[in-house]
Amino acid sequence: MTTIASRSNRRYYIGMYLGLGAITMFFAAFTSAYIVRKGLSNDWQTTMIPAILWPNTLVLLASSLVLEKARRCIDNWNRFNLWWLIGSGLGLTFLVGQIWAWQQLVDQGVYVNTNPSSSFFYLFTGTHGIHLLGGIIALLYISWRVWNSKAATSERTAVGVTVLYWHFMDGLWVYLFLFLLIGR
Amino acid sequence: MAEVEATTHAVHEAPTGYWRKYIFSLDHKVIGIQYWLLALFSVTVGMVLSIFIRINLVWPGTEIPILGQLFPVGAPDGVMTPEFYLSFLTIHGTIMVFFVLTTAPQGGFGNYILPIQIGADDMAFPVLNMLSFWVTFLALVVLMAAFFVTGGPPISGWTGYPPLSALGEIAGPGLGIGQDLWIISLAIFCIAALLGALNFITTTLDLRAKGMTMMRMPLTVWSWFVTAILGLLAFGVLLAAGVLLLLDRNAGTSFFIPGGLVVSDQIIDHKGGSPLLWQHLFWFFGHPEVYIAILPGMGVTSHILSTFARKPVFGYRAMVYALFAIGILGFMVWGHHMFASGMSPYTAIFFSLMTTAIAVPSAIKTFNWLGTLWGGNIRFTSAMLFSIGFVSLFVTGGVSGIFLNQPSTDIALHDTYFVVAHFHIIMGVASVFGMFAGTYFWFPKMFGRYMSESLGKAHFWTTFIGVYATFTPMHFLGMAGNPRRYAELTAFDFLKPLEPVHLFISIAAFLTISSQFLFFGNLIWSFLKGKKAGKNPWEATTLEWEIPSPPPHDNFAGKLPVIHRGPYEFSVPGEDKDYTMQTEPEVSAQDKS
Repeated sequence: MTTIASRSNRRYYIGMYLGLGAITMFFAAFTSAYIVRKGLSNDWQTTMIPAILWPNTLVLLASSLVLEKARRCIDNWNRFNLWWLIGSGLGLTFLVGQIWAWQQLVDQGVYVNTNPSSSFFYLFTGTHGIHLLGGIIALLYISWRVWNSKAATSERTAVGVTVLYWHFMDGLWVYLFLFLLIGR
Repeated sequence: MAEVEATTHAVHEAPTGYWRKYIFSLDHKVIGIQYWLLALFSVTVGMVLSIFIRINLVWPGTEIPILGQLFPVGAPDGVMTPEFYLSFLTIHGTIMVFFVLTTAPQGGFGNYILPIQIGADDMAFPVLNMLSFWVTFLALVVLMAAFFVTGGPPISGWTGYPPLSALGEIAGPGLGIGQDLWIISLAIFCIAALLGALNFITTTLDLRAKGMTMMRMPLTVWSWFVTAILGLLAFGVLLAAGVLLLLDRNAGTSFFIPGGLVVSDQIIDHKGGSPLLWQHLFWFFGHPEVYIAILPGMGVTSHILSTFARKPVFGYRAMVYALFAIGILGFMVWGHHMFASGMSPYTAIFFSLMTTAIAVPSAIKTFNWLGTLWGGNIRFTSAMLFSIGFVSLFVTGGVSGIFLNQPSTDIALHDTYFVVAHFHIIMGVASVFGMFAGTYFWFPKMFGRYMSESLGKAHFWTTFIGVYATFTPMHFLGMAGNPRRYAELTAFDFLKPLEPVHLFISIAAFLTISSQFLFFGNLIWSFLKGKKAGKNPWEATTLEWEIPSPPPHDNFAGKLPVIHRGPYEFSVPGEDKDYTMQTEPEVSAQDKS
């Protein structure tokens, strides 16, 4: 495994960066639609931001830190997997929190079609959540592989690429959250 | 091969079973052919639809028994309803733009040729590559399913403008489940296109063989590379727009549906949305999409003109920069599709200027193509003829674009047959000529046999004359005010004088379509009985001509090439033959003496 094998790590990072570029365009389209829809309409009503989103954002930020910690102790598979699972758990907690936020809105009678701002709220949180769910599946899959092989170093590239994706999803959520807060 | 470097391969093993070899193959060459066959099927469907469209335009009320049998609701007694005409129009446009113009040049030829031309043994992500194809296939199945649901395919055109596309069944036949299937099909297609684009870019950046610097890449590779960048940035936006439209239709949101609409005597329970928002999102994707369709054709044309003029491409670097300039400017012109939407004249001027600016890189390309031909020792093969035809069509379609990019003239020409003529020539036919050129050129590599040159030339001349006969008169129809999308034209007095022109167009179209049998016949005959081709039948210089025809599973049989030269070293002074392979080492004058 000479040239091709040594080059093979790089391609996964390039692929991931490109994928993140495409995801950026996807959400850029949504947020520009938000600006246009809000600017053009006379039916915009502010949707209350559920309080749970504040601690939930902290949970997501924490998950990024923990996964980063896991990535850095990849040479010790046991410790790695512990941090990795904690990070995945925090990610899942965030998703549950997002559903809770939806529940809070539903309890107040605010649905996806109630108002354009609520439509965008559900849209942003929903599409971000789907992307995050994909990330969680990747996290758990890696954890399962590490558990089976009792070594994490062979997953170095997968770990690096997945953590990169996760950090991006983290930053994306902060962007969307700020958008919902400021743009209300 | 002059010099090779032995390396151990980490790519997938050659498959043995039928399913892994031909159906769920990871080999970029098989996937390329799968894409190409998918496009061939799609173009056949699109062409058949266009026959019915042209029949209905000149002979409305014609009974076509088979239509009546297949679609008793859309064509009772075999007579198309006006709505069913629009359904055909919608699917014709959608299938041609997405499943032909987007898949064949990039997914087909790009997949097959790009890895070989950069000296790689496969794409960067073979599994993803297979998935891209099968997801595209799924998108096609979903789109075709629209023919067989209540109401049939949607009637809202390939651009799916709301509110028509957003309101559901109440707004017309095909706008219920048919429209949903259309949106879902496009959304699936977007995902496949994004996966493909990601793979193309990574492969080009990361898998080039030793010595294959960016500026030694063939212009075909550059064009697939830039096309992939456009796809990566554009398809996410269409996907987002599709999600919003689906929500408007099925979740009661009002992103695109304005308030106060009354449709079929019913008040629509939506408010505040903006149909223009869809247009912005759609055309932000839609204009780059035009370049996604045509840039690969430009690459193939540059490549073939140089090969058969036995001359280096004139201004190689300028060609590369022009590709990028077209790609970048292509993202700043979407508003020119919306001049008639009530846009501020100041905004329109911006979009108009940006659009006019695209003439500069386009002119650079055209000038350089002519420069490549100038003084060349030209071999008029079928591939060469179609490439020259591409240049002709590109110029013709570009010139009519100048009229449309001026808001003042566009207001008059908007939604007339002038626009239909313009985009068919430049986006449709020019790109298809690029595909024909590519097919005649690479068929010997793909299948180890030449295509028949005499059939190829007959195919070229009938098609070339045929498409001009079909689309040139449409410019005049447009200037005479003939609107597009009307199901029948005989009902309007002001269009009566134009009927003979429409008749002429229909006959020209039927003849052009018939001449495609020359192509299909040639394909089948050549595949079975064509003259055997060696590894470099055209005496070309790039890497695909170093390896057997058809190439082995991993392209270079375990040995990656080393590249010493640019891609178009034809008629190099002092060389004993008029082409120098990219792998031939430079020999200094001292060594020669």
